[in-house]
Amino acid sequence: MASNGIRDRVAIVGMGCTSFGEHWNRGLDDLLIEAAESAQASAGIDADKIDAYWLGTMGNLSGLTLSEPLKINYKPVTHVENYCATGSEALRNAAYAVASGAYDCVMAIGVEKLKDSGFSGLVVTPPPSDGTHPAMTAPAQFSLLAPAYFKKYGLDDETGKEVLSRIAFKNHSNGAKNPKAQFRKEVPMEQIRNSPRVADPLGIMDCSGVSDGSAAAIVVRAEDAHKYTDKPIFIKALSFIAGPAAGPLSQDYDFTTFPEVVASARDAYSQAGVKNPAEEISMAEVHDCFTPTELVLYEDLGFAERGGAWRDVLAGAFDLGGRLPVNPDGGLKSFGHPIGASGLRMMYEMWLQLRGEAGPRQISNPKLGLTHNLGGAPGRCVSFVSVVGL
Amino acid sequence: MAGIVSFASYVPFHRIARKTIAQALGTGGGKGERSVASYDEDTVTMAVEAARDCVRRRDTAGVKALYFATTEPPYVEKLNSATIHAALDLPAAVRCLDISCSIRAGAGSLLAAHDAAVAGGQALATMADIRIGAPEGSAESSGGDGAAAFLFGTSDVIAQVEATWSGTLEFLSSWRVAGQRYSKTWEERFSLTQGWGPLLADAAKNLLASAKVSPADIAWFVVDAPNARASAGFLAQAGIPAEKIIDARLDTIGHAGAAQVGLMLATALEKARPGDRIAVIAASDGVDAMLLRATGLIADGRPERTVDRWVDSKRADLPYTRFLKWRGILETEPPRRPDPQRPAGPPSLRSHRWKFALVGSECTACGARHLPPQEVCVACRASHKMRDVSFADGKATIKTFAVDRLAFTPQPPMVVAVIDFEGGGRVQSELTDVEPAKVAIGDPVEMTFRRLFTADAVHNYFWKGRPAR
Repeated sequence: MASNGIRDRVAIVGMGCTSFGEHWNRGLDDLLIEAAESAQASAGIDADKIDAYWLGTMGNLSGLTLSEPLKINYKPVTHVENYCATGSEALRNAAYAVASGAYDCVMAIGVEKLKDSGFSGLVVTPPPSDGTHPAMTAPAQFSLLAPAYFKKYGLDDETGKEVLSRIAFKNHSNGAKNPKAQFRKEVPMEQIRNSPRVADPLGIMDCSGVSDGSAAAIVVRAEDAHKYTDKPIFIKALSFIAGPAAGPLSQDYDFTTFPEVVASARDAYSQAGVKNPAEEISMAEVHDCFTPTELVLYEDLGFAERGGAWRDVLAGAFDLGGRLPVNPDGGLKSFGHPIGASGLRMMYEMWLQLRGEAGPRQISNPKLGLTHNLGGAPGRCVSFVSVVGL
Repeated sequence: MAGIVSFASYVPFHRIARKTIAQALGTGGGKGERSVASYDEDTVTMAVEAARDCVRRRDTAGVKALYFATTEPPYVEKLNSATIHAALDLPAAVRCLDISCSIRAGAGSLLAAHDAAVAGGQALATMADIRIGAPEGSAESSGGDGAAAFLFGTSDVIAQVEATWSGTLEFLSSWRVAGQRYSKTWEERFSLTQGWGPLLADAAKNLLASAKVSPADIAWFVVDAPNARASAGFLAQAGIPAEKIIDARLDTIGHAGAAQVGLMLATALEKARPGDRIAVIAASDGVDAMLLRATGLIADGRPERTVDRWVDSKRADLPYTRFLKWRGILETEPPRRPDPQRPAGPPSLRSHRWKFALVGSECTACGARHLPPQEVCVACRASHKMRDVSFADGKATIKTFAVDRLAFTPQPPMVVAVIDFEGGGRVQSELTDVEPAKVAIGDPVEMTFRRLFTADAVHNYFWKGRPAR
């Protein structure tokens, strides 16, 4: 069995991204149309140039969700969903379809409208069951990481809380520089640290927001890329894996890591030829659904040593001006997490940064960018890692 | 000769002080406290608690009948004892029956189980009650919640049944019609003088006469009537010395309805020495009586968790409004999230040994244990090499935990823990009877059968962890 990758065989030549936030007066259709049309404009093409579509969204049943509002003219639209990696999964399938030679030019697009349900977060109707699954909320599932990590590496509660708050502070600080973010204000450390608890030790400010949004990418073969743009970005690696969900079953799992992320990062680095991610990766957009998630991800992605990420956080290693900026666009923390859109929103930041179009948050001279999603919960998740570059 | 083979009791963790009730209602006074079933308990889960302790370390292959006595059946149509049967993982060939409509059901279940044992095989009598009274009424504070269980058989008997006696009298004392939340009672003097008083005296006379013993031959008296004045009056009139009378624990538990006679009998059996005779007389809509004699095995048959131990293991600071909320008397704002879905019939049946009896699987290739049961081993990936293994009595510790302040629960915050079992196996489970601020990695927990929620009138029974009691 092999994961051979498609390094430098496929390029992204156009991207679009709506602003993320509470779009009370816009529906799913409106968001899809805006993202699709701005991606097409970015690539300088009309809809008739696009051969096939991959739509990432949760629970919308079919490709008609996209073809209907866009009035797509009898072309394939594939609906994909894979928890919180749904948008990235759409991009991966679209890219592989181009790499196979099946199509010349495709669109990957993701969308979610979370604010219409009246409940916070994604509302899904689970299949009929025996009712024995524990009814934890998402913040609580991810908060399981905190006591385990603190205990293993000897952090007292106060230091632990400081580290988590620092991650939220950084992401809000980055998001403040981003006109498309839901939250565009810096938030003082005190306010983060003292925010009302939702799943101890997590406060509301340790959680990503709830928002609506959409993002899209136009993907073509690498050799065709310059027909569309002077500054294409090239896909170096796309790795998506589903784990055996061993964490809730096996005492071997200690809740200080995501084995699925370790596996997909290893695969992605191997596809991209990255030997030392801490040095070679210029910047990363990672799945900061909750602050302890981002802490653990630094170690799982090889950005920090095991047990050392918390010190790097306090030292500012992952700040915008740090050695490896993480979530330069503000992350899920500032954007919220409209499930199907997030993976493509992350890629949109890579698109801007690698092309030098990220404005006040521009990283100097980036070479390789990484995006990461995970869906599920600690010990039982799917993980996606991409590496892109010039 | 048939008799009791083993027994156990259960008193829920929570208590409410009677003066808390009085203060909330502005009535003043109130002595002692009453036990309160938690929001996730009902009479079935409490009966399971007692019954599990009762049959623990015993071969249940010979059980032929299971009776469940209560005045608060979780279902009025659907056999509640079938849920208890499933939670105990008993063999399929067991007659299950619910006995209800009177607090006399508790004593009735003892007699029925005895009769079944006489007929051959073992029989389990379970009884549990949740006593609900209208705010400002005396039943609210005088009631208590609890459970007991007794296994009857003909071998390894710890207390032989020497005689039984029953009498029935139709009279209007206490009643409740279907759909009504609170019972009504007739004037106390009428019930005392025309009902319970004569019934108790008659039962005592007949019970002792049929066994040819005199009151002096009795070591312990278990006398239960719906009213404390009725039993006290009878005991005083019969001249029974105080040291022979089993305390009804009205100040620490309250009157536990159909379970009251069981809690008192359990107390008596915990005190009894070989040869001691115990007279059990329970009145309500008539009277049931049973004369028992402890055998030389009495010391071996006692449960680890005595009634005293249950009574002492508690949290006694329940606020009155929460008490009302748990009983469904005080309606509160639901959380702003979708309602839980009812458990579905087919998957519940497919996984019934997991759902009701916490039976997981163990890989015969490598020994790894799985909850819920898996077909492919998480450790060695061997396929279809599993055997069933029970975790209900497993000892476990907390690996990590979350204090979930957003989850759907009548008692926020919901504490959820990753629980690792001694000998292998892990489960993520809600913790119950827990003080969130005191939870720590490494704490010991034990598993308890609870009602997670009720959706679409389906009770969702499953297991939770709790700090070891």
